[in-house]
Amino acid sequence: MIKASTLHPETAAFRETVPAGEYFLKVVKAGETIRILDREGNQAADTLFYNAHNPTERYSAVDTIRAQGNVYLTAGSKLMSSENNLMLEITADTCGRHDTLGGACAAESNTTRYALEKKCMHACRDSWLVAVTEHEELGLSKRDITHNINFFMNVPVTADGGLTFADGISDAGKYVELKAAMDVLVMISNCPQLNNPCNGWNPTPIEVLVWN
Amino acid sequence: MLHSAAPLYDDLIPGGSHWSFIMRRGHVLRLIDETGGANVGMLMYNPENPLERYNMPDTLKNQHTFLLTKGHVLLSDMGRVMASIVRDDLGWHDTVSGTCNAELVETRWGRKTYQDAHNHYHRNGFTSFLNELAKYGLGKKDLTANLNWFSKVKTDDEGNMAYVSDHSHAGATVDLRFEMDTIVVLHTCPHPLSPAEQYPSHPLRYQLFKAAPVTDADPCKTSSPEATRAFANTALYHLMQA
Repeated sequence: MIKASTLHPETAAFRETVPAGEYFLKVVKAGETIRILDREGNQAADTLFYNAHNPTERYSAVDTIRAQGNVYLTAGSKLMSSENNLMLEITADTCGRHDTLGGACAAESNTTRYALEKKCMHACRDSWLVAVTEHEELGLSKRDITHNINFFMNVPVTADGGLTFADGISDAGKYVELKAAMDVLVMISNCPQLNNPCNGWNPTPIEVLVWN
Repeated sequence: MLHSAAPLYDDLIPGGSHWSFIMRRGHVLRLIDETGGANVGMLMYNPENPLERYNMPDTLKNQHTFLLTKGHVLLSDMGRVMASIVRDDLGWHDTVSGTCNAELVETRWGRKTYQDAHNHYHRNGFTSFLNELAKYGLGKKDLTANLNWFSKVKTDDEGNMAYVSDHSHAGATVDLRFEMDTIVVLHTCPHPLSPAEQYPSHPLRYQLFKAAPVTDADPCKTSSPEATRAFANTALYHLMQA
């Protein structure tokens, strides 16, 4: 569902550009709104959320899709935690559909999906592993890296059980906006994937904005 | 697919229960829906390094599928094949709906405590998984998307999910051939989308067999270039083992 935001970038309390291949880490407080902006189009923002006070509680793809009875995310979707609590709600979306089934790229999944010799290409899980290792104070490790949201990615499921990675339906300037229902730690890998059309074979920057 | 017809072991897990064990590489775990209508929640870990675990997204996207059936492989997050589905009577098993929790079970089927009902109390999948994971030093951080054997959830063009009732029949069988040593954690608690009026309690019969050697022409190994590469990764993992 396409739903534009009423918030203006010039009133944002926080703005940061995240180049492709970099990670983004920030606590967003309950009641605050975060926007992820696809600056140049066709980019994938691989995102994980944690309860900022107890990171063993985190975004759960399966609990979220079951709770809403639908495998895609868009405006109105409620993002549920592994303990069945509301973490965030998507309050605006100019893209229309986001994936939470396809997971993130990793060095190892690049070997199976594309070629064994792709193992040293940069991948989303590498960005997250660096993020949690550089921020030991968070108490996170590979154990905490689970199934994420791929904002701006289109992974259609067919009625007969097929699954495909389709061309992106995002474009330059499209965005998704979420209102936090609890204090959440947001961890984004701005996807460096070079082997599929999820970001048009050309990873580009995203921008993150937060309103109090 | 089996080395011999007689199982090495045969056991029945009651409905609404949980159990776990280690499957060794080169063996087959046969899951049998004893009464029909079963749901078996399952998680899998590498006992040598439990940070390696079954990965739903990698399993689905590597095989371009939303369902699991014969010919598919179950991938870990490290790009390896944990198990191959070498037999399936049903054609569709779910791995995207997660598992039931205490709140869901109480809302749907009422609260039944151990004090009320002794071993017929209402267990839920979330607590059951935690119960078994703790035996290996694992916990909430290790919970990930689980398999739901014998259950079918399909979607329409808009992505809306629909649970398919009466999908599994008495005697329905799935054979999983393990390609690496794997901690298997399972429960027989209800599927979280089951519309049953009473708490569904269906037992699981499981049997263990020695597997026949995996050849280069194995249907799971050759099912896709992705599966072939995952088998190559698994072979590399075993390179320095006898």
